[in-house]
Amino acid sequence: MGRKLLLEHINVPGINTLDVYRQKGGYRAVEKALKTLTPDEVVEEVKKSGLRGRGGAGFPTGMKWSFLAKPEGVARYLVCNADESEPGTFKDRYLMTHIPHALIEGMIVSSFALGAKTSYIYVRGEMMPQIRILERAIAEAKNAGFLGKNILGSGYDLELYVQPGGGAYICGEETALLESLEGKRGNPRIKPPFPAIAGLYGCPTVVNNVESIAAVVPIINDGGDEYAKVGIGRSTGTKLISASGNLVRPGVYEIELGLPVEEFIYSDEWCGGIANGKRLKATVAGGSSVPILPANLTLKLANGEPRLMSYESLSEGGFATGSMMGSGGFIAFDEDQCIVRNTWNFSRFYHHESCGQCSPCREGTGWMEKVLHRLEYGHGKMSDIDLLVDVSKKIEGNTICPLGDAAAWPVASAIRHFRDEFEWHVNEPVKSLSTNYGLANYAEPIAKAVTVEN
Amino acid sequence: MSDTVKVTIDGITVEVAPGTSILNAARQIGGDIVPPAMCYYSKLEGSGGKCRTCIVKVSKGSEKDPRPMPKLVASCRTAVMDGMEVMNITSPEVIEARSGVVEMLLINHPLDCPVCDQAGECDLQNLGYEHGLQKTRYEFERRTFERIDIGDKIQLHMNRCILCYRCVFTADQITNKRVHGILNRGDHSEISTYIQTAVDNDFSGNVIDVCPVGALTDKTFRFKNRVWFTKPIDAHRDCPTCSGKVTLWYKGEDVIRVTARKDIYGEVEEFICNTCRFDKKKTADWVIEHPTQISDTSVISSNHYETLKPLPVIQPNPKLQEANRIELEKTIKF
Repeated sequence: MGRKLLLEHINVPGINTLDVYRQKGGYRAVEKALKTLTPDEVVEEVKKSGLRGRGGAGFPTGMKWSFLAKPEGVARYLVCNADESEPGTFKDRYLMTHIPHALIEGMIVSSFALGAKTSYIYVRGEMMPQIRILERAIAEAKNAGFLGKNILGSGYDLELYVQPGGGAYICGEETALLESLEGKRGNPRIKPPFPAIAGLYGCPTVVNNVESIAAVVPIINDGGDEYAKVGIGRSTGTKLISASGNLVRPGVYEIELGLPVEEFIYSDEWCGGIANGKRLKATVAGGSSVPILPANLTLKLANGEPRLMSYESLSEGGFATGSMMGSGGFIAFDEDQCIVRNTWNFSRFYHHESCGQCSPCREGTGWMEKVLHRLEYGHGKMSDIDLLVDVSKKIEGNTICPLGDAAAWPVASAIRHFRDEFEWHVNEPVKSLSTNYGLANYAEPIAKAVTVEN
Repeated sequence: MSDTVKVTIDGITVEVAPGTSILNAARQIGGDIVPPAMCYYSKLEGSGGKCRTCIVKVSKGSEKDPRPMPKLVASCRTAVMDGMEVMNITSPEVIEARSGVVEMLLINHPLDCPVCDQAGECDLQNLGYEHGLQKTRYEFERRTFERIDIGDKIQLHMNRCILCYRCVFTADQITNKRVHGILNRGDHSEISTYIQTAVDNDFSGNVIDVCPVGALTDKTFRFKNRVWFTKPIDAHRDCPTCSGKVTLWYKGEDVIRVTARKDIYGEVEEFICNTCRFDKKKTADWVIEHPTQISDTSVISSNHYETLKPLPVIQPNPKLQEANRIELEKTIKF
């Protein structure tokens, strides 16, 4: 059984209330941080823990905090990014629904570390129940004296607000989120300046994912060094993985980073294998934005070693044979799923969610979606496949924010690994409407690279 | 820290003030190495970064900059750093990426140049000549919108819009009451005045000048003439609201259009008011200065008969000339 740091008490009845959360040792981190540590010491602990951002990019949280500009007389802000809307990712929603106080405790400690007097939790507009839950939890915390003026007699003041978003995926990009929070159209800003210099209302701001902020609590409770012992290499700690797709037991799991992917999929402790006794065809390891991998490359690296659930191991092999940790939205596809249809579906999502600010993404996402729609519905041409690769290349890296890359990678990777299936859709337009290409050779072990001697 | 920083663009070194964008540094050098800009407008704060046509390759960053290089960046919004080396037209990667952007800009553009008032002074047309493909790879229906009248003097032709946001910034920064912005998102985005509230403001006409394409056109000039049949003359008048420095566009004896004066990058020198633009269309209203300097490569120059040799309106393209020669030979054979 792996260690649980965030979801340890998830099954305790009433854990969403302050009293039960306190009984289970909640708000210890606030007491410890505010009474015994200085803000810099908290930042130092987080740095020592090696915690990496859980929102997708995996940037070390402690380092992000230390970049925050601290000019005299200018307010600083902490904003929690709860605009979770990536297809396949639903870990933050789970955390906020069941243990809202873990997030609030993390927010108080993190705000204290950064010297923020006002902090915001920007929640996706569709998550209305979670907004209610958080607001109730904030009211409870305020009554108990954990928020407001002079918290626990330490002289530190903090106001925490929940802000519902308008329900746009793009507002999960940190600068678009800040624009939206300021009440403007949620268009990403052009960086630099980075939010650490000029963020919300032009003031230095840190934007962190829900899970990153919640993870600060066990770091402060047990110390950064203790947290760093969990996990593997530079991927420290535990990670929430929202597993979905054709699995026996989909759901949100807290894993220690470094767990083999094979064990995660097939072990009874976790997902319990592929549903209905079918075979695994492909996985998307970290939410829809990351490259899709066929079964053989999911379970094993290109050199035959087992692939682990960690930032490094999942991205091993770069774009050629690897994927990314992303936001932890693990989607499994069984042998009866159509990769072309799935790619089209992802592409449709990005077309719908592109903000329309910069031209490659605005026009390119729509173009890719239309071409993929044509391929899926049997009107495709062989040249469409290369066209898609070319268009995705023209989008990638040429946009203001990473949404362009996120739209291009799934398409490029699907064609890279599943080209046979795309070609089959072109060659068998009628058959592809009623049947699937099947597993083909996507689960067969990768042939060992042969060294050619001259 | 010294007052200037050194930056090398396509092998040419220039010293500029710190904080200057790569694009402006290139403009200080001038010539062919200046990246094209569709959305950046030096007079409008916050503009740029959207169209991506100005992308250049930073082949070597500054020692102080930890970011990994080489990298493609938008030159209009990237500040130069000391010792930076930038490649624009010398990098095939940049040319490739730029033609990709031009293709993206054109896939939903109606290409109705023959009936568009902007033809001849359209930035997208110029860019299309330079980087565009001969044939589109886009085989779907283009997005279409209804034409909208913004007030009685301006018409919005949303089909042609490339969403550069210039007019939004103009409306926001030049006029004091903004009633116009972007609606919707993604490729459904449109410039609109919301429930078609008329833009009624002394300086609203400037949105026509800043528009790089034919999306916002002057209704008083609509279908009057092709720009290359008109003669631009610089003139001024004593205007109480603006500088009064304009370009008059003559057809024979008549002033058929008044615009602000534009520099070689298509940016206006000074914004003008609506009275000058729409109401003063008689020679008697103006003090005539001199014919406007128009670049040799502009199609508008073809109406100036100072030189005897034909002007290079279209840049010589050896490939095209070769193809023409082969076609001609074939025709002769038959």
